[in-house]
Amino acid sequence: MKMTVNRKLIEVPDSMKERKLVEFLREELDLTGVKNACEMKSCGACAVLVNNKSFRICNAFVKDVENCELLTIEGMENEDGTLHPLQQAFIDFGAMQCGFCTPGMVLTAHAFLLGNNEPTREQIRKALQSNICRCTGYQQIIDAVEAASAFYRK
Amino acid sequence: MKKDNPKAWRNDAYAKVTGRARYTDDVKFPFMLHAVPVYSDFVSAEIVSIDTSDAEKSEGVVKVLTHKDVPGTNRFGQIINDFRIFAEDRIFYNGDVIAFVVADTRANAVKAAGLVKLEAKAIPSILDPEKALEPDCPLVHEEHGSNIINEHRVRRGNIEDGFKNSGLILEEVFQTQFVEHAYMEPEVAICNPRHDGVMEVYASMQHPFSTRRFVNAVLGGRLADVEVISTPMGGGFGGKDDTISIVAARTALAAKLTGKPVKCSYAREWSIRESYKRHPYRIYYKMGFTKDGKIKAVKTKIIADGGAYCSVTPWVTWRSTVQCCGPYQVENVHCDTYGVYTNNVVTGAMRGFGSPQMNFVVESMIDIAASKLGINPIEIRKINMVRQGSITITGQKLDNHKVAMEETLNTVLDEFDYESKFKKCSFGKSDADELYGVGLAISYRGMSLGAEGTDFNSAIINVQPDGSILLETGIHENGQGSESAMCLILARELGVSLDRIRYRRPSTSNIPDGGTTVASRGTVMGGGAVVLAVKKLKEKIAEFINKRHGSAVGNAVFKDDEIICGKDKYKFDDVISSMYRNQEYPHVFGVFRGPKVTWNEENGQGDAYFSWTYGCQAIELTVNRKSGKVKLLNAIAAHDAGKAANVQMTLGQFYGGMAMGIGYGLHEEVKMKDGVITNTNFNSYRLPRSTDLPEMKAVIIENPDPNSPSGAKGIGEPTNELMAPAIANAIFNATGKRYFKLPIKVDLSGEEDLNQ
Repeated sequence: MKMTVNRKLIEVPDSMKERKLVEFLREELDLTGVKNACEMKSCGACAVLVNNKSFRICNAFVKDVENCELLTIEGMENEDGTLHPLQQAFIDFGAMQCGFCTPGMVLTAHAFLLGNNEPTREQIRKALQSNICRCTGYQQIIDAVEAASAFYRK
Repeated sequence: MKKDNPKAWRNDAYAKVTGRARYTDDVKFPFMLHAVPVYSDFVSAEIVSIDTSDAEKSEGVVKVLTHKDVPGTNRFGQIINDFRIFAEDRIFYNGDVIAFVVADTRANAVKAAGLVKLEAKAIPSILDPEKALEPDCPLVHEEHGSNIINEHRVRRGNIEDGFKNSGLILEEVFQTQFVEHAYMEPEVAICNPRHDGVMEVYASMQHPFSTRRFVNAVLGGRLADVEVISTPMGGGFGGKDDTISIVAARTALAAKLTGKPVKCSYAREWSIRESYKRHPYRIYYKMGFTKDGKIKAVKTKIIADGGAYCSVTPWVTWRSTVQCCGPYQVENVHCDTYGVYTNNVVTGAMRGFGSPQMNFVVESMIDIAASKLGINPIEIRKINMVRQGSITITGQKLDNHKVAMEETLNTVLDEFDYESKFKKCSFGKSDADELYGVGLAISYRGMSLGAEGTDFNSAIINVQPDGSILLETGIHENGQGSESAMCLILARELGVSLDRIRYRRPSTSNIPDGGTTVASRGTVMGGGAVVLAVKKLKEKIAEFINKRHGSAVGNAVFKDDEIICGKDKYKFDDVISSMYRNQEYPHVFGVFRGPKVTWNEENGQGDAYFSWTYGCQAIELTVNRKSGKVKLLNAIAAHDAGKAANVQMTLGQFYGGMAMGIGYGLHEEVKMKDGVITNTNFNSYRLPRSTDLPEMKAVIIENPDPNSPSGAKGIGEPTNELMAPAIANAIFNATGKRYFKLPIKVDLSGEEDLNQ
């Protein structure tokens, strides 16, 4: 089977189809930005983009994303290696502390901003409610997403 | 929105925002094995036998460990050596580990764990700490001789006279809950037996030296035989000490006995089941006031459920004791505090460390008094609060730093427009569906460890021949940004650019034990050591310039990567390179020793902490009359941070602390059924989500602390200790109903059993 991961088309042997997708990304592709924190779709640490929509994939299997386009945090940067403005905003606004939720948080915010580039703070809160952050109280995350939305309007 | 604040700076920001930061579970070693714990169904039981034979035969299993395999000690702890690394002849709580299965894959280890057979006889469990205190109650730990882990007390003035002179006497009982730290990264450790005989440990821990002590105790060697190496970690909040150290110790034993690197990565369910929690407190509180609002007396009995093992219960309850009257001057105090063994989940350190419980009580009581006496809640606080030169309830004179209690309160009143919001409160008398309330709470907090422990820390600055700098301290990066704060303090003090500084990857084999990164002491103690090390380095450099170039260096200024000595100017890089050429090392070791503290166990009097910090938080909310649903509108915090090293990160401590405080007040509770935790994952353990939280405003007040070389005060915990009482007071001001139990579940339909 085939899938696209971070803009690269890859061929996946059939023997891998029944594997957990998180395990496959972490163990086979070394994309360890995908985190395990609850393994029951409650916290969002495992969120990645599948066809530009944010999904919590901890319960998914490799076969579930056949022919899909995946974007993990490792694929968020621009082609030239510079940071995406959303990532830069997370840094500038102090939107991370321990950083464990950050990949899922950035990706969920990215998917949201692709669909709504003029969000209210209330809408941002709603978009991020499936992602738990224990460190920041979300305040600076919302600041960062709000500030970065300007880029998505361009 | 804080768009005007300077941008945050973190040495790990790029790695974290790109997913490149390798946390322990992201690391692999060749030929690495995987280990998992085995639990029992019991809460309290006598073990007859543990049969591992079937598990050993299971696919991929290399070894199954029990207490019999421990070469060192199987019983260890930070204060009392009562933790069982592996259960021996007893089960003391549902999180006890009876065996540890090591296999080629984690899946095979998990499969085999189900094959370990335990034969045991249940013993009636002791789950109510007050019952545990009754004289005829069986003992949780026979060898301790009592169910009382520890006692603390305060005796001040004459309590009888105090109540005799009180026109209003209030007496209430409060109950708080078990709380889970809920660090996003569960416990994980990798241990690698090294060629030089040293056991190398990587783990998600907040105190590498504590982990080293546990690992070493179990392996039975010497401290230098274990090297604990710091790895990016996904949150701690006080919770990544004992439990992860025990996990690392078991993993190290597995590595030692198999000769292979071993990883043990916890599932959330194991983490919540086994790891220690915030102590539930039952607090009996009697308070006497004069008619005009002056507190005359406080008598309190504090009972903390310590769970199955001691952990740091004596230290947690000590802070509760010292701060048992909040930031108020009280002449007559009688406080008895008990940490108690039960068969419940272990309780230990959690952000706030014994203060969130007490502040909930004290700040609720002061509002109750204000309401009964017809005095404005702000006014009654101002009548009683500590001021410059005040004497605390333990007899400490507050005169060695700026007492900013009123300053933080006034800041909140101004910035939140508090008084006009207060006038709009419903007080349960409105006919509206949404009742409106605003509430606040204030506190002071002893800085760093106080008389709990020995308080010192060190920093090593090692300038390289090209002028780049390696910095390390005895403080640990828990995610809060402490490494970045240390780098920023170094750059500021030495007058050099930030980009030349690298924080050396910390290891217990590099730098002396600087104590736990707890008690909001990171920036105070580590930053203090950095400042003192910089002072030494400047002296060394100045002396060199004087010797080599003859410049007068009495008033040498280090600024913008230069050293200015009167009319002479030297580039930092040139001087350093010259030092190396002339056999001088620009290498220094700085030590900050916390100023002296005193404590008398008998009467609970003494200079408990070397300095104090002050804070105030407020929140406005609505309560739906029918559903009881609480909607949080806006919140504010003002704290004296002394001097903020990294503004955005300091603000992050405020917001994160407030959020956790809101969870404590309204949502979070580890639910127990007959000693078994029933909500072991995030679908049922209710953490604050983005939609639960209000917009928060944070005001950093800066009164540099003369007792702290960098000027900083600890801020991680003060920010976490005020939201629950502020919410309780706001709910009262909305509904006219007072809640004595956390988390608060508003029910306006009828009477609620408050002492359940």
